[in-house]
Amino acid sequence: MSASSDEPILRVEGLRKNYGSRAVCDGISFDLWPGEVLAVVGESGAGKTSLLKCLSGQTPIDAGHAFYRNAKGREIDIAASDETLLKRLQRTEWGLIHQNPRDGLRFGVSAGANVGERLMALGARHYGNIRHEAGDWLQRLEISGDRIDDLPSKFSGGMQQRLQIARNLVTKPRLVFMDEPTGGLDVSVQARLLDLLRVLVRDLGLAAVLVTHDLAVARLLGDRLLVMKDGKAVELGLVDQVLDDPQTPYAQLLVSSVLQI
Amino acid sequence: MIEGYNFAYLDEQTKRMIRRALLKAVAIPGYQVPFASREMPLPYGWGTGGIQVTAAIVGRSDVLKVIDQGADDTTNAVSIRRLFANTTDVATTERTQDATIIQTRHRIPETPLREGQIMVFQVPIPEPLRWLEPREAETRRMHAHADYSVMHVKLYEDVARYGHIATGYDYPVVVDGRYLMKPSPIPKFDNPKLDRSPALMLFGAGREKRIYAVPPYTAVRSLDFEDHPFRIEKWDESCALCGATDSFLDEIVVDDRNKRMFVCSDSDYCQTRRAHGHGPATDSQEAAE
Repeated sequence: MSASSDEPILRVEGLRKNYGSRAVCDGISFDLWPGEVLAVVGESGAGKTSLLKCLSGQTPIDAGHAFYRNAKGREIDIAASDETLLKRLQRTEWGLIHQNPRDGLRFGVSAGANVGERLMALGARHYGNIRHEAGDWLQRLEISGDRIDDLPSKFSGGMQQRLQIARNLVTKPRLVFMDEPTGGLDVSVQARLLDLLRVLVRDLGLAAVLVTHDLAVARLLGDRLLVMKDGKAVELGLVDQVLDDPQTPYAQLLVSSVLQI
Repeated sequence: MIEGYNFAYLDEQTKRMIRRALLKAVAIPGYQVPFASREMPLPYGWGTGGIQVTAAIVGRSDVLKVIDQGADDTTNAVSIRRLFANTTDVATTERTQDATIIQTRHRIPETPLREGQIMVFQVPIPEPLRWLEPREAETRRMHAHADYSVMHVKLYEDVARYGHIATGYDYPVVVDGRYLMKPSPIPKFDNPKLDRSPALMLFGAGREKRIYAVPPYTAVRSLDFEDHPFRIEKWDESCALCGATDSFLDEIVVDDRNKRMFVCSDSDYCQTRRAHGHGPATDSQEAAE
């Protein structure tokens, strides 16, 4: 293990986010370790997505801290960083996968250009190399190479989501934020995508914060689980531990409300 | 000179406002400075931005040249030249080397510019990221962060679709290593003339209310890929009137039997060459017969 594994990649301390006078995230604290996937679950309106937006620098944090340890081992307080730095992190060391591929893809340009954009943002200026790497990543995500010049709108929903993942992973981020990556997909496509994600996360040793309302997704991808309710963290622990033996009344309710087939 | 109008048509306060914007534009090469563009006595798209810039900088000792697509004798060029002749009494010229201010649409003259000259460009759409990102707030943010990867995405798409960078005019440039800029719709043929030019380049967009500038001797780099480098247009033909092989050629259909001729787009350059005894190359003479 590298030296950086001894330190958390993300350290969140008492994070709060207000909309007006109402706190949508209140006193959230957790550590995320390199190579670890933290699943955040809770009902709609629990503040999951707001938490993700705060951590990924898309919206300002109102109180508390979120320290990201960058590739050089230096801690950066996301709450106190300016937009330029956050933007740079977003296109270099972070990945951001939206629930709706329309938010994360450019629909006006080809799949290859979508994947190549991050490479070009990092200064790649050799067309042949960019295209080659884009093709490689499409194949890793099971999109055949001859679709490289097709527009994302010609892709199925599952393919669009895989394309969005390829676009994020092409620059080998260290920390990926996923907001309901399998939402809106049918069950079989979802299963395939989850399988693929699980392999990629393990292969690349990604750290990830995964927001989902689907406990099955959390079980499959997550190492640890954060249960949120009304902006507060009600339970935090290993996924299997929380799901098999929930301690708090809300977590018990959540686990018991999963439909059994 | 027509009575009843202020010198150069605009009132003094307006000209001062435009000059302030121009100073800021020169201080931040390539940055689009907002300005309070006025209603002009001609429609948007006919050069309202360029006219306001020219009106703000023109002085009594200036010599004005106005070109449209390189030519001095087209409607737009003639009208704008007459507007300033009528409201300022400044000398006008068609000769590039005599002019101190050259207002232009779509071209930079072939005759090399010199120190002390000012080019004024009429710009229809100043925002280089406009067709790639429709939100103005977002494009401004992208400029602030120098986040220009989307422009390369466009060039990538060109190469993926056509095998080469198919952008022929308004070819995106980076000014002074910082701001992405649209060089108004000049052909990419003219892009190298922007780079480290001894003349001052001013760009005015009337409808979009933006002014930007390239000061003299500023680096202007056309975007490209290492394996698809920036190239200017080339013609197999030479000018059918003056025989020039180094100028931007217009293709003109001359009859209804698909007969064409190629002539210099820069009418002053062509005439000057002919006055010096240059004529059509012999083979193109045969082709014309």
